[in-house]
Amino acid sequence: VGERKFLQCSHAVAEAAVRAGCRFYSSYPITPSSEILEYMSRRMPEVNGACVSSASETESASMVWGAGASGERALFASTSTGFSLVQEALAEMANSEIPCVMLNMSRGAVQGDYYQATRGGGHGDYRLPVLAPSTVQEAVDHTGLAFDLADRYRTPVIVLSDVVLYMTMESVELPGFVDLDAIRASKDWAAVGSGGGPRTRISFFGLSGHSDDLEDSLVRSVNKAVDIRRDEVRYEDFLVDDAEFVVVAFGMAARLAKAAIRVLRAEGTKVGLLRPITLYPFPADRIAELATNARKVITFEMNFGQMIDDVRSAVFGRCSVEWFGGLGPGSADTGFGTFWSQADVQQILRRHTADQPVADYVGGVRS
Amino acid sequence: MTLEQERPAATKVWGIPSGIGVPEFPPETNKRHQLCPGCGESVALQVLAEVLEEEGLREKTVCAIGIGCYSLVGNLLDVDIVQSLHGRATAVATGIKRTHPDLFVLTLQGDGDMTAEGALESFHAAARGERITSIMLNNGGFMETGCHVTPTTLVGQHTKDSAGGRDAGSHGYPVKWAETIAALDGAGYVARAAHYSPVEVKRMKKFVRRAVRHQMAGGRYGLVEALTSCPTGWLLSPVEALRWQRDEFAAYHTIGEKKAPPAGADA
Repeated sequence: VGERKFLQCSHAVAEAAVRAGCRFYSSYPITPSSEILEYMSRRMPEVNGACVSSASETESASMVWGAGASGERALFASTSTGFSLVQEALAEMANSEIPCVMLNMSRGAVQGDYYQATRGGGHGDYRLPVLAPSTVQEAVDHTGLAFDLADRYRTPVIVLSDVVLYMTMESVELPGFVDLDAIRASKDWAAVGSGGGPRTRISFFGLSGHSDDLEDSLVRSVNKAVDIRRDEVRYEDFLVDDAEFVVVAFGMAARLAKAAIRVLRAEGTKVGLLRPITLYPFPADRIAELATNARKVITFEMNFGQMIDDVRSAVFGRCSVEWFGGLGPGSADTGFGTFWSQADVQQILRRHTADQPVADYVGGVRS
Repeated sequence: MTLEQERPAATKVWGIPSGIGVPEFPPETNKRHQLCPGCGESVALQVLAEVLEEEGLREKTVCAIGIGCYSLVGNLLDVDIVQSLHGRATAVATGIKRTHPDLFVLTLQGDGDMTAEGALESFHAAARGERITSIMLNNGGFMETGCHVTPTTLVGQHTKDSAGGRDAGSHGYPVKWAETIAALDGAGYVARAAHYSPVEVKRMKKFVRRAVRHQMAGGRYGLVEALTSCPTGWLLSPVEALRWQRDEFAAYHTIGEKKAPPAGADA
């Protein structure tokens, strides 16, 4: 059923969402996620779905909430600033158990939204599954996966990527169309009119006013979090089996690191990559395992140091942890600020693996 | 006849027990509502419940409910309910209605919910002409928090953050929400009702019924702003509160249909 096309990532992801059964989309224009809005405004009517250009991201988020609560697969996409505006909704959608997919194609420090995505971002005690694709194909695959996870756990799912990936064009294989009737039929909890059956209450607090309801819902959230942490950890190993140096990087950073690691391997350095595919749940156990036999774990991220916290707590003193990152040395200007080139990563990684002092400043940040 | 005697007789309708002293509660809810004695929200909710039942919409209604005193009471409505964030109910309703055009989709919100925190969502749902219906319970204040100024609070009205009365120089002027929404092309039916007398309760029911039928006929955005008395927040007895609603609140937020399509032309 697959279909191979040469597509820009935002269009590929939008089409993948439609094929995964998404029938509601709403967002507010912001570069670069506007391209999904443009695509959906044309595509949704063709599949009997709805695309609403909203008056704000907060409004979009609640529209997605309504569509999700009534059993439809619903999508929202935005970019860093706009994504901050939906944190209120994400916090209570988590408590209301609303399935939906929220895409953040971040910009600025392109991986600067790691904390926001993995720490909950809004108020209260919740975490959401976070997927971090590193290729256009993976972004397409993650779209369907995100909808499946959202339905399985009745939770919002975040796909965190960046402007660079979403503006990249690559050859991708699009998935086939899912059986939407079966998906809808499986959601017996959806608010679609009681139709003579039991009434549905979808709420972030016990609507009955009894504290038992609230307790039940909190206990359910905790159980769900345990299941997600146990069953949904995803990562990619790349040349780690004999690695003395394990690089940890996600998304586009992992892609650059992979290319650099190939060069360093050819030079005889025993270096490999652990790429977290789910940022939450974080592949901490795997990193701990690799750290046991490694000399160093080196974190590379395109921000001022966020994932490093998760890496440090995973390594937990088993070996030394080093970090490099920041905005990038500026040798590759994307038009969205400075960015990293493969050569930059290679050069800095070579110093880390040779135990040489690393340049004082990397992308404006003392490393 | 005193206003005390004019209060609507307690009748048992599905969902909403009509206030204090009702001996029997609907078995499916089996709960007494938690509103204060004399609260007008129970009247408006009863009117709504009666209309939904009489129009045969009990099984195909989804209600997006806002945050206010009425939130927990809304649980007594025997329909599917999606609790929304404060102010965002019309956006939630948009998501439901756009994906399920055959449902009757309703929002239940207060004046603070709809005109303060949710002004953007409420305004734009109306402007887009969403095929949904909003019931706005307007008692001129944030009463769940203990009585604070909302956009509909009258100039001179006492609240805990306008002690001595709302001062226009500090708090600004009240918003006439029904009139604001009626000015939008996207709005199809807009009315304001009160409950200070049996006549007004009957009129409220007529407006709610028209709004409900308007949506079921495919009409654009519908709003019924129901003025509801709040003896607790207004620091009045239930009877004085009805009188104040009639003489002061409804004198500013005037009762009547602000926008209605000609009969038979609801869409």
